[in-house]
Amino acid sequence: MSADALLEVRNLRRTFPIRGGLLQRQVATVHAVDGISFEVKPGETLGIVGESGCGKSTTARLLIRLLEPDSGTIAFDGRTVGGAGGIPIRELRRQVQMVFQDSYSSLNPRCTVEDTIAYGPSVHGLSWEVANARAREILAKVGLDPAVFAARYPHELSGGQRQRVNIARALALEPKLLVLDEPVSALDKSVEAQVLNLLIDLKRDLALTYIFISHDLNVLQYMSDRVLVMYLGKVVEYGPVESIYADPRHPYSRALLGAMPSMDPDRRGEQATLTGDPPNPIDPPPGCRFHTRCPHAEACCAAAEPRLSADASVSGHYAACHMLVPGSGHSAAPQIAA
Amino acid sequence: MRVRERLLADPVTMAVALLLLIIVVMVIAAPLIATYDPTSGSAFARLKSPGYPGHWLGTDEVGRDLWSRMVYGGRLTLLCGVAPVAFALLVGGSLGLVAGYRGGLVNSFIMRGMDVLYAFPSILLAIAICGMLGSGVGNTILALTVTFIPPIVRISETITTQVRSFEFVEAARASGATSASIIRFHILNNVLGPILVYATSLISISIILAAGLSFLGLGVTPPDAEWGLMLNNLRQAIWVNPLVAALPGVMIFMTSMCFNLMSDGLRTAMDVRL
Repeated sequence: MSADALLEVRNLRRTFPIRGGLLQRQVATVHAVDGISFEVKPGETLGIVGESGCGKSTTARLLIRLLEPDSGTIAFDGRTVGGAGGIPIRELRRQVQMVFQDSYSSLNPRCTVEDTIAYGPSVHGLSWEVANARAREILAKVGLDPAVFAARYPHELSGGQRQRVNIARALALEPKLLVLDEPVSALDKSVEAQVLNLLIDLKRDLALTYIFISHDLNVLQYMSDRVLVMYLGKVVEYGPVESIYADPRHPYSRALLGAMPSMDPDRRGEQATLTGDPPNPIDPPPGCRFHTRCPHAEACCAAAEPRLSADASVSGHYAACHMLVPGSGHSAAPQIAA
Repeated sequence: MRVRERLLADPVTMAVALLLLIIVVMVIAAPLIATYDPTSGSAFARLKSPGYPGHWLGTDEVGRDLWSRMVYGGRLTLLCGVAPVAFALLVGGSLGLVAGYRGGLVNSFIMRGMDVLYAFPSILLAIAICGMLGSGVGNTILALTVTFIPPIVRISETITTQVRSFEFVEAARASGATSASIIRFHILNNVLGPILVYATSLISISIILAAGLSFLGLGVTPPDAEWGLMLNNLRQAIWVNPLVAALPGVMIFMTSMCFNLMSDGLRTAMDVRL
C-alpha cells in the first residue's frame, strides 16, 4: 500500500480474556479484532461497517489507544505509535480524536458545555481562559451559539445538540483525524441529516480526515470515500464506496447490502438476507468466519482462511473470499488459465 | 453556583441551617453566655425546674446550672458528631475513589478489608474500639471514625465505579488527560455530592452514638458536660423532674434532626437534573 497514508494499521489484534470460577481463571478468549490491516489517506472518509459485535468499536478504541492492542502496529503520519522513536501516545491523542456513540454518557452531567470542551486543551497545557475562549470559538463552528449554550449543562440539551458538543469537544484539540463511532445512530432522522452535513462542512473547512463507523449503510454511502466491511473481527471487504455498493464481491457484503432498504421498488428483495446471529466471537468458526452463514460455503471454506486479495478490475478493492481466488478449491473460483 | 441559589430558595433547609447556626454560635460562645461554672453545683438547689430564680433552665441532680451545662456540653457533642464524619469522609472517600477508579486487585483488597469492619454492627464496633482504647473524647472520635469509614468507602466506591464506566471518562482519557486530572475534574464532582449528602446524615448518627458511648461510660467522663452523659445522669430523675431530665435528649434530637433535614436539602439542591 502507499506510503502517503495518514493512518496505517497492520495486523491489529486484540483479544479479551473471559474469567470465571472462584479463582478468576481465564476460561475463554474473545477475539474482538483479529488481525486487521487498512490505511486511511489524508482528507478521505473511511467507512467501517458490520453487525453488532464485529469489532467496530474495539477497532476505534484501539486506534486512539483507549485499548492496548495485543499485537500489530499503528502508524500515524508515517510514525509508529508508541515504543522507542515512535509517536508518543499523548501526542497521538492530540492528533486523533474520537466522537462517541452515546451522546448522553459521553458528556459529564456536572460540567457545563464550555468546561467539557475546554477540558482537553487545558490538559494539554492551555490556561483555562485561553481554553474557554477556544471552546466558544468551536461552539460557534458546530452551530451552537456560545452566548446561549456555553454555560448550559448536558441535561438541558437535545440529543442533536449534545452530539454537536461531543464533536466540538473532539475538535478542541485541533486533531487531524476524527474517529466517529456511530455518531448519529442515536439521533432522529432529521437531526441525523443535520449532524452529517455539519460533519461534511467541518471536514472541508478544517481539512479533517474521518474514520466513520456505522451500521447504517445509507449513512455510510453518503459519508464515505472508501468502505471497510468487518465480520467477526476480520476485514472481509475493503474498497472504494462506489465499487462496493455497485458490485460487492464478498457474499457477506452482498447480503448486507441486499438488506439495505431501497427507495427503488425494482431493487427490493432480490438478495437473500442473512439469517441468524453472527457466531460467538469467543469461539469463532475455523477457516472463513462467514462459512456458517454463507449460502455458497463449501468444504474449503471451513478448512482454510481466505486472504484479503486485490480485485483485478477495480484498483484498491480487496475482498477475502475463496470464490475470488483462482485455485482455492471452491467450485465457483475462477479457473487458473492453463 | 446553582447549588447555593437552590439552597437559598429552600425554606426548610434555610430554617434548619439557621437553627444549626444558632446552636453552633451558642456552643462556641459558651464561656460568654454560660451563667455558672458547668462542673460545680450547689447541693441546695438540686433538680430545680426551668424558671427557678438564677437558673432559668433549672439544675441537674447535683445542683449544676443546666443552661451552662447545655451550652458547654454542646461543644463536645457537636465535636463528636462532626469530627468523626469529617475524618471518615476524608479517609473513606479517598479509599473508595481509589478502589473504584483502579478496580481489579486494588478494589478487592480495599473492599474486602471494609467487609471485615462491616461484619460488626456499628455500635458494637465503636464500643469495642472505645473499650480497647479507654474512655475520652479523642478515643470516642477515633472509634466513631473507624465505624463510619466502611459505609463511606462503599458508597464512594459504588458511585466511582459507576461514573468511571461512562464514556465521558473515556473521552477524557482520549484527550490525553492523566488519571489524577480525570479524578479531579470528572469523577470527584460526580461522587462528592452523594457522599457529602450521606455524610451529613451520618452526623446525627454520630451524635447519637457518641451520646450512647458516654451513656455507657466509654465516651466523655464526668464531670465534663456532654449531652449524652447528661441524659444518662439525669435519667434517674425522670420521675422527680421529667422536664429537666428530658432537656439534653431534646437537644440531641433537635440537632440530629437538623443535620438530617440539612442532608435532605443538600441532596435536592445538588441534583443538577432537577
